[in-house]
Amino acid sequence: MKSIYMDHSATTPVDPEVFDAMIPYFTDIYGNASSVHSQGQKATRAVEHAREQVAQLIGASPREIIFTSGGTEADNQAIITIMAANKKGKHFITSAIEHHAVLHTGEYLVKQGYELTILPVNSFGVVEPDTLRAALRPDTALVSIMHANNEVGTIEEIKELAAISHEAGALFHTDAVQSVGKIPVDVKDLGVDLLSASSHKLYGPKGIGCLFIKKGVGISSYLHGGGHERNLRAGTVNVPGVVGFGKAAELANQRLPQNAEYLKILAQRLTKGILETTPNTILTGHPVNRLPGNVSVCFDYVEGESILLMLDSYGIMASSGSACTSGSLDPSHVLLALGLSHETAHGSLRLTMGKDNTTEDVDYVLEKLPSIIKNLRMMSPLGK
Amino acid sequence: MDYSQKVMDHFMNPRNVGKIDLANGIGEVGNPTCGDIMHIEIEVKEDKIIDIKFQTFGCAAAIATSSMVTEMVKGKTLEEAEKITNRTVAEALDGLPPVKMHCSNLAADALHEAIKNYRQGQGSSANVQKGCCKQLSNSCCINIEEQPEQ
Repeated sequence: MKSIYMDHSATTPVDPEVFDAMIPYFTDIYGNASSVHSQGQKATRAVEHAREQVAQLIGASPREIIFTSGGTEADNQAIITIMAANKKGKHFITSAIEHHAVLHTGEYLVKQGYELTILPVNSFGVVEPDTLRAALRPDTALVSIMHANNEVGTIEEIKELAAISHEAGALFHTDAVQSVGKIPVDVKDLGVDLLSASSHKLYGPKGIGCLFIKKGVGISSYLHGGGHERNLRAGTVNVPGVVGFGKAAELANQRLPQNAEYLKILAQRLTKGILETTPNTILTGHPVNRLPGNVSVCFDYVEGESILLMLDSYGIMASSGSACTSGSLDPSHVLLALGLSHETAHGSLRLTMGKDNTTEDVDYVLEKLPSIIKNLRMMSPLGK
Repeated sequence: MDYSQKVMDHFMNPRNVGKIDLANGIGEVGNPTCGDIMHIEIEVKEDKIIDIKFQTFGCAAAIATSSMVTEMVKGKTLEEAEKITNRTVAEALDGLPPVKMHCSNLAADALHEAIKNYRQGQGSSANVQKGCCKQLSNSCCINIEEQPEQ
């Protein structure tokens, strides 16, 4: 049976070149990067090389990068330690479509006595500049808005949002887990103070990510212990993971323009094919300013989990924001924030393509998907 | 989601999908907000369910439980059919994942509504017996007796 993976926003396979680069750091160069001896020195050199590779991908200086266990830890550290240490105030602003790593961190802060404003988005999932302007207060210490949304793929106007935050004297963090490696990300151009990224979204290993901290921004350690990562992240450095992340960043940097253009064409073909063959279907997220390989749609009268399992029976792997797939009783908070009804959101399907997907893959999905929807609709009392 | 082989079989090859021209009992539970609607039509003759069909909007568990309940009661007397519960339907499918026991396991309720509808002699689509799953606030409706443990 065919095996077509279209869930690259969930995770990506490790690129063989990345895997090859990592292998020696499990068995031959196993030293602790904090050790003084030659094993340790080799490990340190590898970590610092990877730091340069990651820094280069996002236009930062290597000293502005600390390695973390992933995007979630980076988000937590950025938000919690900035809010705890700053002298400006206790007000934190974020958006309604953030990943839970940011939204739940915001809710945690509320329990600790901080104040939280969650900005609404428009029907495309865009945080409008005026909405942010109106929410900023003299005591707003930090604003965190994601660079690109994981579900609907909308790319936010980070440059403008960061500038507005700075005018009000607030720091700006962006969760760029979905954008780094997929679209150009330059921390200087965006003007952000803090940025989170994750390796496994760009063909690197899981369990490793980074936080960019602009020079001069006062962040503190979140995990307490040894003096790793310039006293900003305790814990023995995951050397093979860091090496893999570095290599993945280097490859992403080389391949980005070509991959982005390629995925955009695939996504257009898939979107057009779905919308033309299947009535009562909408594209969710921004029609143009969206991640290159993201196709997210909602089908009326059917439920997402059923679509996923039917697709899986043909070897097609995707995801959904329906309640049944989230394990809760409500559909995705992102789809609801866009103003979609519960009914519509239950019929959500997200296909996120990667560099190894082909036009044949797209055509195979287009061969199977319309009849799956048709069959489920025939089974549905809501179907027409 | 870890479904049993029986659930997957009934989901991929659902039995008795559709409507019945001569239906004399129609029941429906759930609502679109919660993501599950089960619609069941029965044709009863001499106290026996001689035909049964369903239409379901929902996840794999919702479709599989609907399909299973139709298979379980076809040819049975009304009295026998009334003894079937959501739990026995789930058991007949070799169980459901815990999270699905509540929101997607309402097929027996839909059947009972259809029987109630038949007994009231209102078997027409204009008089669908709707029950059980009331919309609670604007969130998902849940089976009141079986609140999910959070």
